Amino acid sequence: MLYREVGEYKTSYAEDSQTFPIKFDRYRYFFVLLVGILFVPFVINDYWAGAVFLPFLIYAIASLGLNILTGYCGQVSLGTGGFMAVGAYAAYKLMTAFPDLNIFFVVIISGFVTAAVGTMFGLPSLRIKGFYLAVATLAAQFFLVWLFNKVGWFYNYSASGQITAPARSLGDFLITGPDATPAAQYLFCFLFVFILAWIARNLTRGKIGRSWMAIRDMDIAAEIIGVNPLIAKLSAFAISSFYVGVAGALFFTVYLGAVEVTEAFNIQKSFIVLFMIIIGGLGSIFGSFAGAAFMVLMPVVLKNLLVTQLGWATDIAAHFEFIIIGGLIVFFLIVEPHGLAQLWNLLKQKLRLWPFPY
Amino acid sequence: MSADFLYTIEVILNGLMAGVLYALVALGFVLIFKASGIFNYAQGVMALFAALTLVGLQEGRVPFAHLINATFGTHVHNFDWTLPAVAAIALTVVVMVLFAICVEKLILKHLVNQEPIILFMATIGLAYFMEGFGDLMWGSDVKKLNVGIPQGGSLWFEDLTIGWAAEGEKFYGMYIDILDVWAAVIALVLVLVLTIFSQYTKSGRALRAVADDHQAALSVGISLRMIWVLVWSISGFVALVAGMMWGAKSGVQFSLSLIALKALPVLMLGGFTSIPGAIVGGLIIGAGEKLFEFFIGPLIGGATENWFAYVLALLFLVFRPQGLFGEKIIERV
Repeated sequence: MLYREVGEYKTSYAEDSQTFPIKFDRYRYFFVLLVGILFVPFVINDYWAGAVFLPFLIYAIASLGLNILTGYCGQVSLGTGGFMAVGAYAAYKLMTAFPDLNIFFVVIISGFVTAAVGTMFGLPSLRIKGFYLAVATLAAQFFLVWLFNKVGWFYNYSASGQITAPARSLGDFLITGPDATPAAQYLFCFLFVFILAWIARNLTRGKIGRSWMAIRDMDIAAEIIGVNPLIAKLSAFAISSFYVGVAGALFFTVYLGAVEVTEAFNIQKSFIVLFMIIIGGLGSIFGSFAGAAFMVLMPVVLKNLLVTQLGWATDIAAHFEFIIIGGLIVFFLIVEPHGLAQLWNLLKQKLRLWPFPY
Repeated sequence: MSADFLYTIEVILNGLMAGVLYALVALGFVLIFKASGIFNYAQGVMALFAALTLVGLQEGRVPFAHLINATFGTHVHNFDWTLPAVAAIALTVVVMVLFAICVEKLILKHLVNQEPIILFMATIGLAYFMEGFGDLMWGSDVKKLNVGIPQGGSLWFEDLTIGWAAEGEKFYGMYIDILDVWAAVIALVLVLVLTIFSQYTKSGRALRAVADDHQAALSVGISLRMIWVLVWSISGFVALVAGMMWGAKSGVQFSLSLIALKALPVLMLGGFTSIPGAIVGGLIIGAGEKLFEFFIGPLIGGATENWFAYVLALLFLVFRPQGLFGEKIIERV
C-alpha cells in the first residue's frame, strides 16, 4: 500500500532516469540523510563511533571502490589491503610534510596517489584474466605492505615502525588526533561517504560505467563494439583505487590514529572488503553499504551476544566467531548468491503488491 | 670450486626442497580446480586441519576438550592412549574423507552452476569455518608433530661436500635438512601414485573425463557428485601429506594455513590445470625466491620471500597468461 508508483507521472527523461524513481524511496533516502546528519552526531559516543559508525562508513567507501572494480568491471582484486595502506601512508607523509595542508585535501590527495599506484598494478589486467588476475593482485598486497614495513622513509624512520596521525582540524573542529570528538569524526567520514557514493552512482550509470559493464560481461565482445579495454580497465582500476585510498587514509587518520602496516592492512583486509561486496551484492551501490554494515555489525553483535550476554570465555567465543562468520558466508551464498541487494530488490517487488498476492 | 659458487648451489638446493613443499600444496589446488573449476582457497586450512587431527589422534587428545571443560566444569584433556603414527594417519584419512562428503553435501551441491567467484568466496567462508572449528576441536596451542620422519642436517652430505671447496677457502659443507629430502621423496611418490591412479583406474579415467568436459562426462553416466567427493578426498589426503611435512618442520599452528598463500604463485606460474605445472612451478618459485633473498635481499632490507614469488609469477604471466603448462585460453564471442 505504501510503496508503489501509482499516480507518479514522469514528464521528462531526467525524471524518468533518476536514481529513486519512486517517491517513497526518495523520501526514505532523504530521511536517512537527515537522521545521519541531524540526529546521529548528537547522540554518538566513543563506543558507537569506534565500534560501529566509523568502521561502517570507512568500509562503505572501500567496498564502493572494490565494487566499481569487481562488481562493475569484473576484475577480481585481492589487493585492497595494500591499496588502503598506500592511502594511509600517503596521508601520513602529506600530513607530516605539509602541516598546513587541510585534512580534507590530505585525504583527497591520498586518494589520487593511490589511484596512480592502482593504475600501475592494473596494467597486467590487460593480459591476465580471471583468477590469474586475482592472484596477481596479491602481488600488490604483499609487495606494498613489505615496502611500507621495510623502507624507513615511509614511516619517517620512527623507531617502532608505526605511523601516528598528528592532530588536524577542519574549521574549529578537531578531526584527527586523540582529542577529536566522535561527532566531528563521524560527520567528516559521512561527508566523504555521501560525496563518493553520489559520484559512484552517477559514474556507473554514465558512459564510463556502461563501458565497464560491457567489459565485465564479455571483454572481447565489448572490444568489438568499440569499447577500448585499455581505457575501461585502467579507469576502473584508477577510480576504484581512489576510493580505496580515501578509505585507507580515513582508516588511518580518523579511525585508528596509529597504524602498524603488517597488522592493519594485511591480507585479511582484502578478504573482508571482498566479503562485503559479495554479501552485499556485486554491481550494486546499495549492496556496498549493506555488505559493509553486515560485516561491521556481525562481529560486534556476536561479541556482545556470546561474551557479554552468555558469558562465554573470550577464546571460545573467538573460535565460534570464526565458525559463525564462515558458516554465515556459505549460508548467504547458497541462499542468495546475488547478495543482500538482491534480497532487498525482491522485498521491494513484494512490497509493491502487498497486501495483494498479484 | 670457490666457496661463493658452492653457497649458491646450497641455496638453490634448499630452494628446490622448499619448492617441493609448495608444490605439494599447489597439487591439492590443481586437483580440485581441474575436476570442478573451484578455486579452493581452503586448501591451506585443510592442511592445518589434517595436521591438527593427526596430532590430536596420535596423542589421544579429547576433541572439544576446552569447550567441554568450559561448559561442564570438568577437567578432561587426554584419553589414556596414544596411537602409533600409521594408525593415526589412517584415521585422519578417514576424517578427511568424511570432510569431503560433508563439503559436497552441505556446500557444493547447492552451488552448482554458480559463477566461479561465488564458489571461490564459498571456499573462503569454508576456510574461516575450518579455522575456528579446528581450533575449537583441538585447541589453539602450538603442537609438535612427530610421525617418525628423521629431522636435522645431513652430516653425510656435509662431509661429502666439504672437500669440494678450493684450498684455503672457508667452507664447512652444505647444509641439507633430511626432512626436506624425505618430503621431496614423498612428494615424488605421491605424484607417481596420482598419475598411475588417474591413468590406469576406472575412477581415475572418470576424473579425467570430468576435467575435460563436465557435460559430456555427465552424459556418459559419470556421477559428478561422486567425482567431487572423490577429488575432495584426494585433495584432503594431499593436504594431510603437506600438513604433515610442514607440521613436522615448524610445528602445527595457525600459520600453517598460510602456506596456501605460498602455493598461489606456484599455481599461477605452472597453470591452474596442470599437475606437472604445479611441480615445476614449485621448483622455480622455491629456487627463485631463495636465490633472490640470498643475492638481492640484503641490499633492499630482506624478507623478500613474502612477495618475490608473486612478482615473479606476475612478470611471467604477462608473457604467458595461462601459466607455463596451463591449457591455452581460447575465447569466443
